[in-house]
Amino acid sequence: MTRTMKGIAFAIAEAIDQEMAERSDIIVLGEDVTYWGAVFGFTMGLYQKYGRDRVIDTPITEQTFFGMACGAASVGMHPIVSLMFVDFLGAGFDQMYNHIAKNHYMSGGQFAMPVTILTAIGGGYGDAAQHSQVLYGLFAHVPGFKVVVPATAYDAKGLTISALRDPNPVVIFGHKLLTGLPFLPFEGQEEEVPEERYTIEFGQAAVRREGSDLTMIAAGLMVHRCLRAAEELARDGISAEVIDLRTLVPLDTGTLIASARKTGRVLIVDEDYRSYGMTGEVAFHVQAGALDALKAPIRRLAVPDVPIPFSEPLERTVIPSVEQIVAEARALLAAGARA
Amino acid sequence: MWKPEPSLADLRYAVEKAGLTPETLLTAYRQMCLIRSFEETIADRYYIGKTPQFNMAAGPIRGEMHLAVGQEAVAVGVGMHLRDADAVVSTHRPHHHALAKGVPADKLAAEIFGKVTGLCRGKGGHMHLFDAEHRFSCSGIVGASFPQAAGAAFAFRHRGEPFVAVAFAGEGAANHGTLAETLNVAVLWNLPLIIVIEDNMYADSTPKWQALAQPHQFQRALGFNVPAYLVDGMDLIDVWRAAKEAIERARAGYGPSFIEAVCYRYRGHFEGDAEEYRTREEVERWRHLDPIARLGERLKRLGWADEATLERLQREAEEEVARAIAFAEQSPLPDPQEALAGVFR
Repeated sequence: MTRTMKGIAFAIAEAIDQEMAERSDIIVLGEDVTYWGAVFGFTMGLYQKYGRDRVIDTPITEQTFFGMACGAASVGMHPIVSLMFVDFLGAGFDQMYNHIAKNHYMSGGQFAMPVTILTAIGGGYGDAAQHSQVLYGLFAHVPGFKVVVPATAYDAKGLTISALRDPNPVVIFGHKLLTGLPFLPFEGQEEEVPEERYTIEFGQAAVRREGSDLTMIAAGLMVHRCLRAAEELARDGISAEVIDLRTLVPLDTGTLIASARKTGRVLIVDEDYRSYGMTGEVAFHVQAGALDALKAPIRRLAVPDVPIPFSEPLERTVIPSVEQIVAEARALLAAGARA
Repeated sequence: MWKPEPSLADLRYAVEKAGLTPETLLTAYRQMCLIRSFEETIADRYYIGKTPQFNMAAGPIRGEMHLAVGQEAVAVGVGMHLRDADAVVSTHRPHHHALAKGVPADKLAAEIFGKVTGLCRGKGGHMHLFDAEHRFSCSGIVGASFPQAAGAAFAFRHRGEPFVAVAFAGEGAANHGTLAETLNVAVLWNLPLIIVIEDNMYADSTPKWQALAQPHQFQRALGFNVPAYLVDGMDLIDVWRAAKEAIERARAGYGPSFIEAVCYRYRGHFEGDAEEYRTREEVERWRHLDPIARLGERLKRLGWADEATLERLQREAEEEVARAIAFAEQSPLPDPQEALAGVFR
């Protein structure tokens, strides 16, 4: 049975609920995870069903509740930890990157670290420099995290269930403008989501739209902006393929390379900072596997290495928009045609 | 010495009230000898290839080395009350805690030598020791142990298990926000957690009077209504008694405790430390409080051991260490390709 679902927040919460119902090892830790469902809805409804023994509001002490997740995982629990905004990682990152991400390796495989981290990312609604970042590149850079960026409700549910069955640290980056919550703009699409449980394997990118003239590669909210850009380009007879990475770690290089070889032109779109991040990493893999098929240099569009500014015209300038994506695509098509 | 040495009558009374038997104290003595011998033997091997020019990367043991000679009573006084299923989270100075928790000396030594037979197959090293069987872990990041032990304690309480978790840390780590944060949740959630601060007077090179607004730590715990003990960390009996109460209280479901053990490290913060921050005379003064010699003297005063017995216990410990070090030295190094495996499970 399926039903229509708007956004990723309820899909993630439902996935957690369905796993928690059958497993006693899962607990939920974080700020405002009870009444407010972790603010962005990822834990909504769990407190009412499982109570404070399993859904635990923590003090505002990221380093301590992430440290507790590490300690609880080391003795057999599977903590789900809410990092309310990814921007808050600085308050607890030591326990994440030096411990949760490394203890399995450092212990020679003795200590599993089944910790699922839920965090809200992204801007576009005026929350400025400390509440609008994406930062998944920081996590993807450090060995030991799986990095999951659901763009649809269907994916959000299946990827969350996979995360909860994974014995490794998995960070789920949910974009605020895809949550479907009434207090935020919604840029996703309503879609059918099965009521029963299912999993989506990590490391499998999704081709969201097939095309032949260029490939657009993105994750999260930017997948939807690329799809809208592709519609606009189609009105001019340009056929754009849109690929949703779904997970940055592991990265499905095969799908990227196959698409690049097919279209010969690649535009990478990212809401994270531009330098030393996802766009550069994806570009490396594309050129390594498809250089001989590329008709033009790879292009990228990302936050141009500035903090996210507050005022609306400033914010619109730095976060890739549909218009900017269209312009980049046209520039790509105009550039460097080779015989 | 900041707690007076008891008269024989008072000592008899104290051990009787504490329920200390000759067997327990002789075991403690042997354990402390084991740790002392282990640390001194590691130091001996550590300097191979590092003289006359000290080069941290040279010799059979590479990297930094933080030894706990002088702090044996704290580890043993706590560790003797722990079971395999209790959790211990230790620090960058972890060998004494590991041995006191029952981590086998041979695998411990092999890990310090970077051998494939080590606890972590050579991937952890001296500051990152893990033993799942004995629920022992540690971290090279100061202040990291408090919340991790709290997490294990949370799991035990959540599952209704009669186990406790112990976080060890130095007085330098007590300045870290994680201590206050962890004390808060430990009370909120009634965690079976024991926080043990080993106050060895120096945070790396920084004497505590330069870094602490108060000379002691226990007030921090009292501020959260956590029962707190200020003990002589150079006195096995003092540590043992406080740890017994704290651990029994946690096991019975009555929540966290805090132990501040004033002690001293006889060696530098790390091997190679020139120790400009303290005088030889100060170190010598603390040598008079050597926890092993003090316990030995008390055992003799109580008539529970003679010199020959103490010598035998020390010899047994040294032989165990010699076997462990030989195992480490003779074990193979890991296959280089092993470096690429094991990030994910």
